[in-house]
Amino acid sequence: MRAFDYVRAGDTAEAVREAGGAETRFIAGGTNLLDLMKLEVMAPGKLVDINRLDLGGIEATGEGGLRIGALVTNSDLAADARVRRDWPVLSRALLAGASGQLRNKATTGGNLLQRTRCYYFYDRGEPCNKREPGSGCAAKDGMNRILAILGTSEHCIATHPSDMAVAMRALGARVEVEGQGSGREIALEDFYRLPGDTPHIETVLEPGELITAVILPPPAGGRQIYRKVRDRSSYAFALVSVAAVVAVENGRIAKAQLAFGGLGPMPWRDADVEDALVGETPSAALFDRAGDILLAEAKGYGGNDFKIPLTRRTLAAVLTQATEDDQ
Amino acid sequence: MTLETTRRLKHDTPDTDRRLDGMAQGVLGTGMDRPEGPLKVAGRATYAAEAHPEAMAEGYLVRAATIGRITGSNGDAIRAMPGVIEVIEDERMIRNAAQGMAGESPVQKQGQVWYVGQPVACVVAESFEQARHAAQAMLVTIEPDGTHVFDAEDPAAEVEKPKQKQLDQGDLEGAMSAAAFSLDATYHTPSMSSAAMEPHASVAQWDEDGALTLRGSYQLLKFNKAELADVLGVAPEKVRILSPYVGGGFGSKLGLAPEAVAAALAAQALGRPVRVVLHRRQVFETVTRRSETRQRIRLACDAEGKLSAIGHENLVSQLPGEVFSEPVAQGTHFQYAAPNRVIGHEIARIRRPAAGSVRAPGEAVGVTAFEIAIDELAKKAGIDPLEFRLRNVPDKHPENGKPFSSSTMEATLREGAKRFGWTHTPPRQRRDGEWWIGTGMAGAVRVNMMIEAMARVVLTGQGARVECDMTDIGTGSYAILTQVAAEMLGFAPDRVETVLGDTDLPPASGSGGSFGAASTSTAVYLACMELRERLAAKLGVKETELTLKDGLAIHENRKTPLAELLGEEEWRALGHLQPGKAGQEVRQATWGAIFAEVAVSDVTGETRVRRMDGTFAAGRILNLKTARSQCHGGMIWGIGLALTEAMEHDPRDGHMVNRDLAEYHLPVNLDVPQLGVHFLEERDDWANPLQAKGIGELAICGSGAAVINAIENACGVRVRRLPATLDQVMDGLIAQG
Repeated sequence: MRAFDYVRAGDTAEAVREAGGAETRFIAGGTNLLDLMKLEVMAPGKLVDINRLDLGGIEATGEGGLRIGALVTNSDLAADARVRRDWPVLSRALLAGASGQLRNKATTGGNLLQRTRCYYFYDRGEPCNKREPGSGCAAKDGMNRILAILGTSEHCIATHPSDMAVAMRALGARVEVEGQGSGREIALEDFYRLPGDTPHIETVLEPGELITAVILPPPAGGRQIYRKVRDRSSYAFALVSVAAVVAVENGRIAKAQLAFGGLGPMPWRDADVEDALVGETPSAALFDRAGDILLAEAKGYGGNDFKIPLTRRTLAAVLTQATEDDQ
Repeated sequence: MTLETTRRLKHDTPDTDRRLDGMAQGVLGTGMDRPEGPLKVAGRATYAAEAHPEAMAEGYLVRAATIGRITGSNGDAIRAMPGVIEVIEDERMIRNAAQGMAGESPVQKQGQVWYVGQPVACVVAESFEQARHAAQAMLVTIEPDGTHVFDAEDPAAEVEKPKQKQLDQGDLEGAMSAAAFSLDATYHTPSMSSAAMEPHASVAQWDEDGALTLRGSYQLLKFNKAELADVLGVAPEKVRILSPYVGGGFGSKLGLAPEAVAAALAAQALGRPVRVVLHRRQVFETVTRRSETRQRIRLACDAEGKLSAIGHENLVSQLPGEVFSEPVAQGTHFQYAAPNRVIGHEIARIRRPAAGSVRAPGEAVGVTAFEIAIDELAKKAGIDPLEFRLRNVPDKHPENGKPFSSSTMEATLREGAKRFGWTHTPPRQRRDGEWWIGTGMAGAVRVNMMIEAMARVVLTGQGARVECDMTDIGTGSYAILTQVAAEMLGFAPDRVETVLGDTDLPPASGSGGSFGAASTSTAVYLACMELRERLAAKLGVKETELTLKDGLAIHENRKTPLAELLGEEEWRALGHLQPGKAGQEVRQATWGAIFAEVAVSDVTGETRVRRMDGTFAAGRILNLKTARSQCHGGMIWGIGLALTEAMEHDPRDGHMVNRDLAEYHLPVNLDVPQLGVHFLEERDDWANPLQAKGIGELAICGSGAAVINAIENACGVRVRRLPATLDQVMDGLIAQG
């Protein structure tokens, strides 16, 4: 761990003011950042501790949604009665992530900014464009079982590891941020960047901008499912996950909001897939077609080729479950 | 003056006296709690890294990221970093951990990097954080020394075929072609790690007379002491190792590891105590792993399922310069009868981190693959796999005709099947929603070994003390040695103190190969027997007529308190076990049977173990609770072996890719169902005077096969490359349509 300056901010204005430099990072739960700092994969010159900020509440919004403070822990958010009742896909996604100990510490804002779990990103003995721009990507021709098949570039094939963000993407959440002098809201679909040739830049956040909350739109209704496929039953990152909010009316699909984890550098959502489903009668052939659309540009790198059929089958199973008649 | 007398046993013949069955205290065999348990849960048991001698400095190992000759380093720049005291680049640093029972130095650095991840220097600083930061900034210049091979199956790999490890009896190929049913299949098991909970740590301190005290986390202290002395070039009597508590070993702490050497060298150079703790990532790389294996298994049987041929030809990997190689077919030599037999053993010398003993070396992977093959052949022959095994139980060692010390294979199979409610059904019959349900079974077998061991027992009127350098690696040594002495000397267990983990005490067996409990307990038994003889002599009775219970010597209806007999005296006795002909004249082994029920997703190929039940026989069970815990652990390893665990090596340079506990997937609680463990009551007179055999490794030797066989029974997919990750199973499901 490199020596660093540490500031404990008293309020949001102070936090943002202290975070002006490019080498500065905010710290909340620290469940990912501290590990990366110990390995010197990340070596910020300054940490601004935001744990004393008043960002811990979950409130109803005027439009009927929820405003989730950036410091709400994963455990508290998953257990919130309103979330469990009206946005159950979010609660299930949270509980599918990490372990009980980590969820007690990890926060809503921090979860959105988790770094990838690519083996080579964690290994300073190996090239990685995300860790060290321009050094190359060892994963493409290396061990890439857990890595991405969508949205990759020749410079990076990392996945975003969050479960929470996948559910939020399906729900159409927005991110509230505070910067120097002004605040703004960013739709989650605009929040992350594809790697292109700058895989080290992962979001549209400006230096010093602080996530203060996540806004959930009003309850989406429908049937909500979060299905996570992984290498063991718990405490493993998704190989593929599907967050689904699906409603059927008069035998036809009236709503299909689908987001995917484990496939790309961001929680993945594809409007063409949803368009192809809405208005149609549920059938195996339809679900296959949805898979075709989703995976049209999927590219495997050897070790992760299996994610293509796995995604197709998991999506079909989730859609089947979401559209079948009540037993 | 206290007199210490010695009782020796060279174990050549079976012990039919079964003296323990005549004891009266009634504590041996019970599920007595660990005496040190409260210390552990209260955090008051000091593990190696928790020693804090005054003026201690902190060391952190530097890792080589490429292979070749070391030509220089930026060590001088590192020495100038904040807090850095010294950079140790000593040529005596070791390349990897020593092999179990080596008793001498492993390959030393000597300017060479043999594998990616090898420790090449140690940075010592005032604080741990300073040392770690400086170690990560250190650059060692390494000149490539040619091309290397990183995969045992690469045709370019240099392969050794040691003559003494090959066997060819009868005519395997003739039997194969004449057989009613035969199988020729190849199985793979991956590189694996012990991943003990406590990472390796050492605190080294030299005194003015040039004597070293090392607080470390080790399994075999008498060997570790010799190894450390040899590495340093000092006399063994100048080295003392303390390992009173060890947070898991599983083979990874059998041999002296790089952190101990680095700490000792640094402490010597600096003239102050130095602590070196391995990062989890360094544990994976520098401590020996289990070799990956390729196993070709050929089997032939007649129409009734009687085996006529067994072939088990194996390829394992190892670094150049290491003697150990994974003894894959160790159990195959005697598990099943068949007249025509071929056993092959090949070692590919490749540049992956060194391989060594990991829990049940040999059988853990060898029996697992073999028990899958047996299942495959039983299926071909259309015979219930339980029945198939029962038809092939050997009545003597199939290769040399020696008798078994005891054979409980049939009994464990029958009892296990009854407890589980085994019924054989064809595959793809049972379904629960999208989940296929299936059951599978496997036999378990593990060789039994005894190792030379000494232990001292000190008797007073109030109680007894057991002293030796035995280790308790979480297995329960403190408990069982306390129980043996309490039983033999007639005290409540809280009157017996057991002191372990110090090389200044008599050298016991250490912990490894499932030999620790039986070997060291025998030494304690012998010392106690010596004390019983002395008590009997003092009372003028025969030892066999003396009953000791609750601090009283009872004979001919007279009760004499030991406090009265001994007064203020302290009687000392040394027990010394030397393994003898009993280990050669018969085949000693432990046996078991494991049954599993799994669910396999028809969508994703994910497998969930729903039920698992093991029945085992290992002679006298010394502590029911710790023995059961060992079997739980073994069965969980079996689940990991079958479903989750694999150390991935980069194909380009052999380095361990997933070297942390987030990505090296041990089973977690949710992967493990309620486990049933049952023991068959047994006395093995050939094993030792306790009639006890090793239990620590038995359950891992076959459990994985029960899971793999259950997957096939559930969904029809046969996995031959472990672990059975969901993509493999899904591919099989897709292929079935």
